[in-house]
Amino acid sequence: MKTLHNGMGVALDQIPDMNDATFLQTILDLTDHGWRVSSYFGAMTDGGLRLYALLSSKAEGILTVLTTRVGDPHFPSLANLCPQVHLFEREIAEQFGVAFDDHPWMKPVRFQNELPSCFPPLRERGTVGVMDYFRIEGEEVHEVAVGPVHAGIIEPGHFRFQCYGEQVFHLEISLGFQHRGIEAALLGGPHKNTFVRMETTAGDTTIGHGQAYAMAIEALTGTRASARAEVIRGIALELERLANHTGDLGAIAGDVGYLPTASFCGRIRGDFLNMSALLCGSRFGRGLITPGGIRFDLNATLIGALRQRLAAAREDLSNAVELLWNTPSVMGRLENTGALSEKDARSIGLVGPAARACGINYDVRRDLPFGIYRLAQIPVVTAGTGDVHARTMVRWLEAEKSMDFIEEQIGQLPGGAICTAGGELAPNHLAVALTEGWRGEICHVAITDGTGRFARYKITDPSFHNWTGLAFALRGQQISDFPLCNKSFNLSYCGFDL
Amino acid sequence: MTDILIHLLLVFLMPPLLLGIIGKTKAWFAGRVGAPFLQPYYDIARLLRKGSVFSITTTWVFRAGPVVTLVSTLFASLLIPFGRHGAPISFEGDLILFAYLFALGRFFTTTAALDTGSSFEGMGAAREVTFSCLAEPALFFAFITLARLSGTMSLTPMMNHLSSSVWLMAGAALLLMMGGLFVVLLAENCRIPFDDPTTHLELTMIHEVMVLDHSGPLFGLILYGAAIKLFVLGALFVNVVAPFSTGSPLADWGLFILCMTLLAVVIGIVESVMARLRLVRIPQLLVAATIMTAFSLVLVLR
Repeated sequence: MKTLHNGMGVALDQIPDMNDATFLQTILDLTDHGWRVSSYFGAMTDGGLRLYALLSSKAEGILTVLTTRVGDPHFPSLANLCPQVHLFEREIAEQFGVAFDDHPWMKPVRFQNELPSCFPPLRERGTVGVMDYFRIEGEEVHEVAVGPVHAGIIEPGHFRFQCYGEQVFHLEISLGFQHRGIEAALLGGPHKNTFVRMETTAGDTTIGHGQAYAMAIEALTGTRASARAEVIRGIALELERLANHTGDLGAIAGDVGYLPTASFCGRIRGDFLNMSALLCGSRFGRGLITPGGIRFDLNATLIGALRQRLAAAREDLSNAVELLWNTPSVMGRLENTGALSEKDARSIGLVGPAARACGINYDVRRDLPFGIYRLAQIPVVTAGTGDVHARTMVRWLEAEKSMDFIEEQIGQLPGGAICTAGGELAPNHLAVALTEGWRGEICHVAITDGTGRFARYKITDPSFHNWTGLAFALRGQQISDFPLCNKSFNLSYCGFDL
Repeated sequence: MTDILIHLLLVFLMPPLLLGIIGKTKAWFAGRVGAPFLQPYYDIARLLRKGSVFSITTTWVFRAGPVVTLVSTLFASLLIPFGRHGAPISFEGDLILFAYLFALGRFFTTTAALDTGSSFEGMGAAREVTFSCLAEPALFFAFITLARLSGTMSLTPMMNHLSSSVWLMAGAALLLMMGGLFVVLLAENCRIPFDDPTTHLELTMIHEVMVLDHSGPLFGLILYGAAIKLFVLGALFVNVVAPFSTGSPLADWGLFILCMTLLAVVIGIVESVMARLRLVRIPQLLVAATIMTAFSLVLVLR
């Protein structure tokens, strides 16, 4: 078993080639010992289709890559024994025509696929959203279909509820409407526009995905970003977290019809976005990060302005959020709504604030540290109840910690260059990069071919893990609480659809 | 005659202003400037100029819904006295007609919603009738209490009977009734904490979801009808809470308009300081309102 650290590359021939049985048994053994599957994907190589599994260990702070060759399009499914791979298996089946015959829930993931494979596709490329939904029959049971066109300005997704009166028995989520073919476009890369694609993988997670890509490239080229660059990347990542958490807190308040916090947070989110703009001129942090470092430096004037704005935003945000905790009618809506048990959260591999709200103490910034987080620890916040209240609380506490972190880091910015020139990508290598975006663990895996071009680039957005969590959280809930639960997860459609 | 004219003018012109005041109050609490006071008028005028889209699954019921609702609400507005003045139409037992004119409007709104065949609208219709079933007893208990106090079954003498001396005599009963009526007022008009009139989340809506398929002029009529309903039920509430008379009819009209404005501000404040109730909790609050008005009757009967 080849172990590696976050942000490291490894030559492909150093990854032991396992047979099917050992490969699957190792995944099961490791997950039994508390490892989690960060990514599991297929890649076409000269020798046929290979499956790669990337597992991470919180306890040891290491990662491991397992691989096996798929000779037969029929491959055993692990989903029954290890539910967290269920969606990965569906994805592999769709992308490469591998039939996981005993998979309990074999349905389309994105309804589309452009990746080359040695096996024929399992099904005709259908219309997005058209599939056999799970149905409950019976007296007074009815079906409610929502989307893909929604009343608000949000991304498209289809939700199918099986209801008994107002109670939800089952929710099935069907995505794929935003599929852009990012992974297919990355084959043979990096291209000129690759970094721009990365930043827009999930538009609200520009820094998270940008940093992950930069780390993967740095691992492949053997460059190291300077300490100064890493600190500024860290500040940008936390600002992104702050802006989005603030927006979510406001949106949650808005969904329960509590206007003061909703309005204030909407404005304060803009303040945080403007701080990102202070760093690089873009409110979403576009163009700040580049492989090898960053493109915009901070000077004393900017630091002063940032510190001042942060202090003001901190006070405003504290006041706005304080209103939430002090209003009984708001607490009455948030508590015991959309609860997800820790056991369920663990088995489906939930990540990010949603997982921490269930009591899963996992944060890539601490457990698989990267960049500045190797040197500066950030306290990890958890809650126990797994309901909307816990997810709201975790967001607020994380926002506080992020503000502390920025204040601390901004005062001790190391000197030095901001960008290191990189070389050519190492051929026949595999690089892994995990970052903690504001939604949770972002995992990028890059595999290069003999000429140093991408033979496969796999992106796993936190939403990929968490959509299942939302479906679970809705079981037994009131259908009228769905928007609130949905907002408390606030998952990305385009990050999932790629 | 002048009073009837003023009555009609108020019914036709003032209701959207209340919505504007509520909106402005909420905006003030949220630290925003907010839309102009006259925004609801602009909205209705804009909708009336638009074209309509009708789903091919709908029948005449769908088109009749908004019209019947508006007409029945307007008719009900003729039965209720404003301030210390008599209603244009008044006869023994008109309070039953008053209550059931709203029920008629609701019947057509929900039937029009069911007519679309949409699962959302069906859900909204189910919620609407469930909650109004629970709000109706509260309204009737309040009417019976008032009938008992005034010894008449007609709205105009019943409302004009109320005065500060009645409040001194039966204050506890009227206070309980006031609480119950305020809950009914908020629930019937889909205000927070029962419904959120500004939400875009179709799964949480009650009233708004039933009119999702209406567009253009018909939707304008629905908005206008909803504003009139708020005005009429608000007038009922104001009659009970502020039965003051200045002696001069004109000043009484001014006082009434002032009280209605204050009521809109109060509704705006309620909407600003609290969140929506969870849907399963709404029946509990409505039952509580019924109990409050029932107790007010008990206090009056004793």
